[in-house]
Amino acid sequence: MSGEDILQVTEICKSFGGVQALWKVSFNVEQGEVFGIIGPNGSGKTTLINCITGFIKMDSGKVLYRGKDITNRSPNRIANLGITRTFQIMRPYYSLPAYKNLVIPLFSPRAKRTGGWRGGGKLGDRGTVSIDILEEIGFERDSFVPYKMASSLPTGYLKRLELARCLALRPDIILCDEVFSGLSMSEIASMVPLIEKLQMDGITLVMIEHRLRELFRVANRVMVLNFGEKLTEGLPEEVIQDEKVKEAYLGSEKILDFI
Amino acid sequence: MTNITERRKERLDRGIKVRTEGIYAISSWEEVSYLLLPRLVLILGLLILPLVMPTLYWKRVISIVSIYALLTLGFDFLANFVGLVSLGGAFFIGTGGYIAAILNKSYGLTPALTIPIATLGGAVICTLLLLPCLPLRGVYFAIVTLMYPLVLARIIEALNILGGTDGILGVASFPSRWIEQYIIILIVIISLFGLRRLVNEDIGLVFRGVKDNDQAVRASGLSITLYKAIAVFIASGLGSLGGAYLCHIYMWAGISQFALDFSIIPIAATVIGGGGTLVGPLLGCFILVPISEILRAFGALRIVFYALILLMFIMLRSEGIMVYAQRKYHQFERWVKV
Repeated sequence: MSGEDILQVTEICKSFGGVQALWKVSFNVEQGEVFGIIGPNGSGKTTLINCITGFIKMDSGKVLYRGKDITNRSPNRIANLGITRTFQIMRPYYSLPAYKNLVIPLFSPRAKRTGGWRGGGKLGDRGTVSIDILEEIGFERDSFVPYKMASSLPTGYLKRLELARCLALRPDIILCDEVFSGLSMSEIASMVPLIEKLQMDGITLVMIEHRLRELFRVANRVMVLNFGEKLTEGLPEEVIQDEKVKEAYLGSEKILDFI
Repeated sequence: MTNITERRKERLDRGIKVRTEGIYAISSWEEVSYLLLPRLVLILGLLILPLVMPTLYWKRVISIVSIYALLTLGFDFLANFVGLVSLGGAFFIGTGGYIAAILNKSYGLTPALTIPIATLGGAVICTLLLLPCLPLRGVYFAIVTLMYPLVLARIIEALNILGGTDGILGVASFPSRWIEQYIIILIVIISLFGLRRLVNEDIGLVFRGVKDNDQAVRASGLSITLYKAIAVFIASGLGSLGGAYLCHIYMWAGISQFALDFSIIPIAATVIGGGGTLVGPLLGCFILVPISEILRAFGALRIVFYALILLMFIMLRSEGIMVYAQRKYHQFERWVKV
């Protein structure tokens, strides 16, 4: 962590009809850290990511990326700046084999800039680069898995495919929307080192997560949302001791059981 | 009596189809011919057609079918590879037809020039006019694209521009029947194999991504509007090419080139041919249009028999002829006990 703010979010407000999904949420993410966002269901975590990445227009507020205003830009322009996201409900291209799923992000202007018009520069064409990325993310290179249709892959692989799609853009920030949800304990155990490796590669991570135990293993700082408002922010161990957080989570001290 | 439900049909891919779609291990001339034969049959079949047609009337039908085939290729490409169901076939045909007719009549250009210019110009005009509709999907896009040919025909009629209801008469024709037929057949073949190649290239994968999951394409840093526009440009280019060709065949461009036939037949051909195969819809045209010509003998009852035949295709081979044929060709089938 260099201590430099890579992402500055100021007072995002968003309402859907009468429902105030987000109310004046502000936070800063430092270069190279893992920033966790937690909160009960319906607290606005996914809406927050949708607003930052441009999938939803925010009512008011400001998002700065390396000091540059990216508020309400279109999702593809934001992705091309290096801010990528995964979807909570996985969105692979079901009719394509897993490795061809990655050809699409490799076709983006950002990937072309860094990888040449063939997609991978000296590394080969986009198909070859895709297989390399998939291997990095945990698809066995010499198995059939990368060549299988995305529609026939199990959840664990689809979650990895979501991350792989982000990696294909050679991102600076990945906003992960519940990458651990729906996975078995052993699958999660194998995902955690992956997250740690991404951080070591210098990628800044913003993680929405319900799996607090695993999140707190990797997160440097955590922010808590409740009913669209920011409750608190701090080190993981501070946050779980916070009375307001305990109350918001289960109305009791049961949050300690989660960890 | 043994219960029939205890058996099921098992399907196995032939050995040549390895690992995944589109990658083949070819190691002998049998396997080469396994892949080449269907393609050769199709190409040769199309090339022989003008030679075996008995009368002048039927030779003319071949050219018309080929124009429908171009339109249908564009429809199948847009609908099954980009996810845009376009009923704008008549719009593309009419635009291309009028551009070619104006260029020929007012500027005296030969068909060798008017057709390429009308193809590109028509594609540009159609794409620009459809640009505001690109965020629409499914049935909404279909309805809006259907509106264009109707509106344009009414505008030409009401304002009495571009020849009004008479149309533009006296457009130059082709030097000979053979040139007319063989050029359009070659264009169809090139378009078919070109499109098949395109949808498997990297940019083709982006198109298919737009159909499968447009939000993921945006998250991948690609503008879906741009790629939809490129796809519409390709499809409307094919349609305009057909329209320009048609006006030189009929030696006339008029509001009947905005007729709904051009929007509807591509759908019917795609349904009976098998959507998403590109070849299927093309064959669908070569079946449907001649059937509709043969049925002219029935006079007023023609549409009834036409509808019955369509219905039979849909009931008996709802997946489409080509999807069925490809399955039979690529897979073994056998009954196994469950």
